[in-house]
Amino acid sequence: MRNTYIPYPVRIKKAEVATEDKQLKTFLLEFMNEQEGEDFDYTPGQFAELSVSGYGEIPIGIASSPTEGNDLLFTVNKVGSVSTQLHNMNEGDVMGVRGPLGNSYPLAEMEGKNITIVAGGFAVTTLRSTMIWLLDPANRSKYGEITFIYGARTPGLLLYEDEWRQWRESGQANVNITIDREAEGWDGLVGFVPTVCEEVAPKPDNAVALICGPPVMIRFTQPVFDKLGWQPEQIVMSLENRMKCGIGICGRCNVGPEYVCKDGPVFTKAHLDQLPKEY
Amino acid sequence: MEAVAEKIRETAAKLLSEGKVDCVIGYAQGSVPMRDYPYFAYTPEEAQNLTWSPFCCNNLANFLIRRPKGEIGKVAITAQGCVSRSIVGLIKENQIAREDVYILGVPSPGMVDRRKVAERFPLKTITEVTVDGEDLIVKGADFEERIPQKEVRRDNCYTCVQRNPVICDEMMAEEGPADWGGDIDKVAAPWEKLEPAQRWEAFVGEIDSCIRCYACRDACPLCYCHVCFVDESMPQWCGKTQDEADVATFHILRAFHCAGRCTDCGACESACPQGIKVRRFTSKIEKDIRELYDYTPGMDLEATPPLSVYRPNDPQEFIK
Amino acid sequence: MADKILAKDKLGEFLGKLQADYELHAPQEIEGKAQWAPLAQAEDALWEFSNTHMSPKEYFFPQTECMMRFVNQQDGEDGMVMHAEPELEGKRLLLNIRPCDAKAFSVLDMIFVQDEMTNDLYWKDKRDKTTLVGLACSDPCPTCFCTSMNCGPASTTGLDALLFDLGDKLLVRALTEKGEAVAEGLDEAGEAEAAAAEEQTKAAEAKITSEVGMDQVNARSVMELYEAGMWDRVYESCLNCGTCTYACPTCHCFDIQDETQGGEGRRVRNWDNCMSWLFTMHGTGHNPRGTKKDRVRQRFMHKFKYIPVKRGGEIGCVGCGRCVLLCPVNIDVRRVVNDMNA
Repeated sequence: MRNTYIPYPVRIKKAEVATEDKQLKTFLLEFMNEQEGEDFDYTPGQFAELSVSGYGEIPIGIASSPTEGNDLLFTVNKVGSVSTQLHNMNEGDVMGVRGPLGNSYPLAEMEGKNITIVAGGFAVTTLRSTMIWLLDPANRSKYGEITFIYGARTPGLLLYEDEWRQWRESGQANVNITIDREAEGWDGLVGFVPTVCEEVAPKPDNAVALICGPPVMIRFTQPVFDKLGWQPEQIVMSLENRMKCGIGICGRCNVGPEYVCKDGPVFTKAHLDQLPKEY
Repeated sequence: MEAVAEKIRETAAKLLSEGKVDCVIGYAQGSVPMRDYPYFAYTPEEAQNLTWSPFCCNNLANFLIRRPKGEIGKVAITAQGCVSRSIVGLIKENQIAREDVYILGVPSPGMVDRRKVAERFPLKTITEVTVDGEDLIVKGADFEERIPQKEVRRDNCYTCVQRNPVICDEMMAEEGPADWGGDIDKVAAPWEKLEPAQRWEAFVGEIDSCIRCYACRDACPLCYCHVCFVDESMPQWCGKTQDEADVATFHILRAFHCAGRCTDCGACESACPQGIKVRRFTSKIEKDIRELYDYTPGMDLEATPPLSVYRPNDPQEFIK
Repeated sequence: MADKILAKDKLGEFLGKLQADYELHAPQEIEGKAQWAPLAQAEDALWEFSNTHMSPKEYFFPQTECMMRFVNQQDGEDGMVMHAEPELEGKRLLLNIRPCDAKAFSVLDMIFVQDEMTNDLYWKDKRDKTTLVGLACSDPCPTCFCTSMNCGPASTTGLDALLFDLGDKLLVRALTEKGEAVAEGLDEAGEAEAAAAEEQTKAAEAKITSEVGMDQVNARSVMELYEAGMWDRVYESCLNCGTCTYACPTCHCFDIQDETQGGEGRRVRNWDNCMSWLFTMHGTGHNPRGTKKDRVRQRFMHKFKYIPVKRGGEIGCVGCGRCVLLCPVNIDVRRVVNDMNA
């Protein structure tokens, strides 16, 4: 059996600073063993442990969609010793990827429904994976209306601009991008994500909402959805927690009996309502 | 001892019913022999659970800190000599305010080291230990023995220099005689007479069974840093493995962080599940502080700790 | 396989034969305490002891374990690529392990080895290569409460063979194929001896006075237990050290760290404990279990509620009582769980 603690060796194919504050960097990683890249079978919502030999591992959501080939895309926030080292690494450097880990967004159950996606800040990473997958010709027809709401503090902090402009142009989704305050050169929406949600007012009929963002955004977005009539079973969220093994053994990422790395990170709000708020 | 326990219960109940304090920190009887445990009484009824015995081996000053501010308002605390010195230390280090603590002073001839008792019955289970005057009656499934307490006290209790509380608001019993203390310098730093190579061997031999549980650190009232140096990651000062170098680093650095502050209360040794003689690491440092700076921690609210103050005429022959 | 009999005066010969195939380990008297160590001579094995000071979990889950190594050079040959540590060489036999400790490892098997992704090869390799020969308890201590934890003085879960000490001889009961391999060649036991073993077990069970109730803990929901008021009085005196966790045979949380020295590097795992504030601390500074109350509650909830919920009723505790004896502030798990059950 495979030793799932050993990361697959990968090389940094591309590394680009993604935001104006330089805190986020997007990495495109290619597998050094092609067969491992072929076999790395993941679905939107899952994450991987990025391994930097000598520094440790960090759990990061997979931003690429499996429809985009074998290379993997990750956007990493510079927070501690591993992410700082990763930010300082160069294209061509060797590192590791362990995964795919966790569960994914319930795409099969979502078939035939309208989908609303709400993302705040850099929680948008796995939702990029989801949108690209949904809009892929092989999948699009299986789903109803798709509404995408994404906000960041300033235009320079928005990720994946090429992608969401393309989604808007394709006409395949209703794309709403917002920033917190007026900014020069920005002619799009202005307002916090909860406010934009209220304006867009996605209907709960035959629908599922994927909501990902910092706790403060969730706290103010939830009442908006409650008022619109959404039920907890229709709202899907993705949690974060400190992790080490990523495979449900080392015991630190648990929320009640559930391990965020194995039983999650995707949970419905209905499920989370029955668990302690230890996340 | 029973009279002391009764006085503590009475005083605690009074303080709580009169609203003078919100909580009394003392001891209650443990669920295993030779163990009384830190107990928080919030009502006069709960105060009836308070006790005092030769088995009170924690340092209650530890519970005055590391709580969110204002969580338990004003507290009363039972304190013998070493514990009262820890309280003085914490007041001097601005961790607690004198007016927030009401000290119930208890003179203490010393506490029993439960390991020394257990050593007399290797591999046997002790089912009951009772205090009978100056002795202990130790019972097991197939034995019963009387042991004088003074034969099985904790190491630090034999050489304790301050058996009476240094500060207190109310005494629970009469103070012991002035010459009650031991001669700490006679037995301090047992490894002092060893050559450096032997000293190192003795040290690593002592920490060989350390499991990095940090009970010594967590039982110590001096260790209240928000982020202990062993928990830092950027940079990481100390490895987390069982490599001898990492275990040694932890103990050496902790001993130095306690330098000039340790009141030799023995809580570290009592807490250690492996019975490591943790005091050996600080005893040499404290002896040096006594000799170089003529300073004993926690005796005096006005004295300035030597390692917190720079004086131009500080001894410095040890700087080479 | 039928029960076998081994006279104690033949023990040396018997263990000598086993030493050819296995590395033998057994509890021995070391510094006045029963402690696990390699067994050099048959006479060193202890037969009369309550339980070992620390559990034998280090045999499967060492406190520090190197998992993989790498060449610490970006442009070196095979640089920065991780390679797993080699497997355990040879077979081991743990003699006279207590039934509670053996059961603990069966509970941990359910956590360490679950499916293709959750498959701890380091744990599994050591488990596969170790034979557990237990010694049934004849004299439980006042702090034992195994009978309340789906276990008992002669529990067979997790053992390959179980020995009953009948004074001058041992009844040897093989339980698995590995156990049968150990018991091969021994004489069959008689009915009287089997009956004596049965008597011993009954007497031992009767001696256990600690009772810990789990019926309400099982019946109540996670949130009901989580929000109970009793936790306020449990966490107060806790030092948040790691004593209970490290002494416990079922506690298994660990940390993974990388270390480098010059051109070499390794990734190690170390025992960790949920009592530490750092355990759940996010890089951003957010701590889901930031208060002492959260952490103390977590440990008991994990062992007595979350594990049973996830593992079909198995409890994350075997009633060995080590934490009761070693906790520096005498937080008694029996009292806590009975409060949870009240």
